[in-house]
Amino acid sequence: MTPALTARNIAIVALLAGLLLMPVFAELAGNRFLLTLFTRIVILALAAVSLNLILGYGGMMSFGHAAYLGIGGYAVGMLAHEGVLSGFVQWPVALAGSALFALIIGALSLRTRGVYFIMITLAFAQMAYYIFAGLARYGGDDGLTIYKRSQFFNPINLSNKVQFYYICLALLFAAIYLVWRLVNSRFGMTIQGARSNDIRMRAIGFPTYRYKLVCFVIAGTMCGLSGALLANHTDFVSPQMMYWTRSGDLIIMVVLGGMGSPFGPLIGAVALLVLEEVLSGITEYWQIILGPLLLLVVLFARGGIDGLLVKLQGKERAKVRS
Amino acid sequence: MTLFIEQCLNGLQFGLLLFLLAAGLTLVFGIMDLVNLAHGSLYMIGAYFAATFAAWTGSFVLGAVLALGATLMVGMAVEVIAMRRLYGRDHLDHVLGTFGLILFFDESVRLIWGPEGLSLPLPSWLNRSVQILPGVNYSAYRLAIIVVTLTVAAFLYVLVMRTRIGMLIRAGASNREMVGALGVNIKLLYTLVFGLGAALAGLAGLMQAPILTVQIGMGENILILAFVITVIGGIGSIRGALVAAIFVGFIDTLGRAFFPDLLRMVLSPAAASTAAPALSSMMIYLLMAIVLVVKPEGLFSAGNK
Amino acid sequence: MRKALLAASAALLLVAGPAMAQQKTIKIGFVSTFSGPVAVIGNDMRNSVELALDHLGRKMGGLPVEVIYEDDGFKPEVGKQKTDKLIESDKVDFISGYIWSNVLLASLKPIVDSKTFLVIANAGPSQIAGELCSPTVFSTSWNNDQTPQAMGTYMNQKGVKSVFLIGPNYAAGKDMLAGVASTFKGKVIGQELTTWPAQLDFSAELAKAKAAKPDAIFVFYPGRAGVQFLTQYAQAGLKGAIPLYTAFTIDELSLPLQKELALGVPGAQQWVNDLPNEANKKFVADYIKKYPGHKPAFYGAQSYDAIMLIASAVAATKGKLDDKAAVQKALEKADFKSVRGNFKFGKNHVPIQNFYLQDVVKDAKGDFVLKTVATIVKDNQDIHHAKCPMK
Repeated sequence: MTPALTARNIAIVALLAGLLLMPVFAELAGNRFLLTLFTRIVILALAAVSLNLILGYGGMMSFGHAAYLGIGGYAVGMLAHEGVLSGFVQWPVALAGSALFALIIGALSLRTRGVYFIMITLAFAQMAYYIFAGLARYGGDDGLTIYKRSQFFNPINLSNKVQFYYICLALLFAAIYLVWRLVNSRFGMTIQGARSNDIRMRAIGFPTYRYKLVCFVIAGTMCGLSGALLANHTDFVSPQMMYWTRSGDLIIMVVLGGMGSPFGPLIGAVALLVLEEVLSGITEYWQIILGPLLLLVVLFARGGIDGLLVKLQGKERAKVRS
Repeated sequence: MTLFIEQCLNGLQFGLLLFLLAAGLTLVFGIMDLVNLAHGSLYMIGAYFAATFAAWTGSFVLGAVLALGATLMVGMAVEVIAMRRLYGRDHLDHVLGTFGLILFFDESVRLIWGPEGLSLPLPSWLNRSVQILPGVNYSAYRLAIIVVTLTVAAFLYVLVMRTRIGMLIRAGASNREMVGALGVNIKLLYTLVFGLGAALAGLAGLMQAPILTVQIGMGENILILAFVITVIGGIGSIRGALVAAIFVGFIDTLGRAFFPDLLRMVLSPAAASTAAPALSSMMIYLLMAIVLVVKPEGLFSAGNK
Repeated sequence: MRKALLAASAALLLVAGPAMAQQKTIKIGFVSTFSGPVAVIGNDMRNSVELALDHLGRKMGGLPVEVIYEDDGFKPEVGKQKTDKLIESDKVDFISGYIWSNVLLASLKPIVDSKTFLVIANAGPSQIAGELCSPTVFSTSWNNDQTPQAMGTYMNQKGVKSVFLIGPNYAAGKDMLAGVASTFKGKVIGQELTTWPAQLDFSAELAKAKAAKPDAIFVFYPGRAGVQFLTQYAQAGLKGAIPLYTAFTIDELSLPLQKELALGVPGAQQWVNDLPNEANKKFVADYIKKYPGHKPAFYGAQSYDAIMLIASAVAATKGKLDDKAAVQKALEKADFKSVRGNFKFGKNHVPIQNFYLQDVVKDAKGDFVLKTVATIVKDNQDIHHAKCPMK
């Protein structure tokens, strides 16, 4: 199979090339904020990629995914506050913390399905939100400023914006690759099988609960990494990172970009955040445009932007054939 | 003791108010299988209408009645224009689409009424406190809310359990396809149910307005609580919504009232006063998680989904 | 024709040459809340900034001024992001604004790191007056606990023996309640913090306050929450039973909604619309003329002062903003006409100022207005300045 020169492939290659060259462009344009904005986009895209693993492939509609962003972020923030600055401690703690949280809430939540699953994951995320909001030592509701970013050995320096951007981008690409490998493995096939017919998968001898739980934990851990990056990026963590609206944002990115497509979440994250930035620059009332736009995407563009690109491709093929 | 009685009344009032929101939500959820995040926007619109109409007519009651009718109309219009197209779609599509509607409603209200918000002053016969027991004074208006919501709950009970429409609603909640197959005008039923839900949300909004004033985004925080109640009670069950709403109202109010003092016994005062509001807000979610772990379909599940 | 134009522009270049070559416009970033229900505060601040620019002829030290407004959405992390944008993309010379203590604390690091001058127009978290003070950070408002301290002093004067404190659970709320407790000589018999900004129903807290039977209740609820609190306070039957003392709860923005509920409820403030100085008379009169139907609140007054302070520093350094030390010196001098009369900074760049007792009365037209009743404390300095390492 050779990759064809279709609209979708061209768009994705252009997007990836754009992301790779962003620091050069920001330098040429003399606008360092562009780099700050795109670092944020790349980090949130990583979170969306992790959500896509359970949402798009596993059919697990988690409405509490932002909790891991917060746990990963607070692991970095709290350790920094206590004087532990080494990234070799902070990051593993962030990953382990989110993995553990995912394991516990996954084990309990996966007993329910449908809307009840949406709500129970929301409940756990809200509980996490309130727990961190109650920690007076770490700023409570107000959040915690991180005065020093995670320290690694030389020459890795997260305070260098360009370097930090490429680290985030590399991790994002690694995550996309990992998800792609995962869903095409036997494990991934089982997960996707369980999404379309759980009872049948169980009947032919797959312990789907366990498979789903492992998938849930992998996604949570990946999102925890994104949280650790986000904390380093904003130099600040607050309980707001895990409020339910933030989980909603992640879902929007995934659905807008295209669920169950490897690059969908990345496309969605770029589209949503760039749109927000551009629209809010045009008018104070930008949400009056964004709102109906979301509704239109739901109504007329099933499969999100990626779905649209695929449709475009289909039309081209039809043209070639005729 | 008087304090306890008063806090219980506060909890009851808050719970019953939440019931109004949750009842509409659970009906729409149960019958059309629609996750409607924009339900909170109808709550907000009810409040805005009430404040506007009350200012025009100079009468609180007349304003409230007009607002109720107007919210009903808006609800039915929203159903015909947007919601109808979402039935049968994935729940995620609902979340995304209705989230878009929230943004649209919030900004529209800001364009029409401005960012300042409105106030809905109470007539003097409601804006005072009355003695309900020797030594216990309570806000007349909050008492009025309790009475109105209980009346509405009774009305809903009669409507759902004793009328033909109610029969269809119940049938729809447990088996949608069958109702359609029996030749019921399902489109009209859906529009009516959505309108009814909107009117209930509007009623909740306009009754909260004199206490909380009217502002943009007022529906978003309370919406999540209404969802929690819907889920605890079991989707599609009005009875479940009532029980769960009163539970949540009590937990929220009594938690805020007595939790800080309990925490002060184990934590330093500074840490306790930061932790207490957060932890008492958390208890509702804890309740939901426990209910769902024990009964994965809520307390009184109506359907077989 | 072309020759004349050329000559004219050449002449212009000669006059404005040195300054023009160095910097074309003075850029000021202004971060506040312009969306959601508290946008009403942000609008008051923006109105006052625009009025200040009008009064300055849209020029500072002969250079054109551009103010870039950014909406923090009432959220710390959004405020931080907008602050980053102002510094990195717009490359502003000054940053001003900030209503909320938590938004300011989240945004402080990039401002200080980039050595951009910050003139805070409202928020006053205690850290900024103390250990987090910085040579490039100034405030035209107050430190959070100063205003409630004044209120505590006033309650002592009134002979209040016991008080119940209610406020929101965020940086400023905690500072405010601590402030009143630090000067109040009677007994604090209870304290309630509420979830901020989500919680708007205070019935449980009011019932507890009522049961505790204090001599007085002290509250801090800025913006719309202040309207809700007063409404519920009256509905709970507490008006007339337990007197209420406030800080930042009744102002020109909330008063049109609070109306008679606010009558006779005292508050402390460093600025009141009727302060009898020329700058203030001009500010208030022109504000009402420029924005019919609106009255300036203290948020606006502080923002007006912030712009005037910046203008004074730009003029004193003749627009040479690269000389950070000179700009800092000029700002420290505070050589401008403040709407609150005399204005001077402490060494931590927080004003040393008077605090007044304000009350709500009905004026001749039947409108509810705020007026100064007395001066509670004179030349008050915040208690955190000792912790500030700057000299």
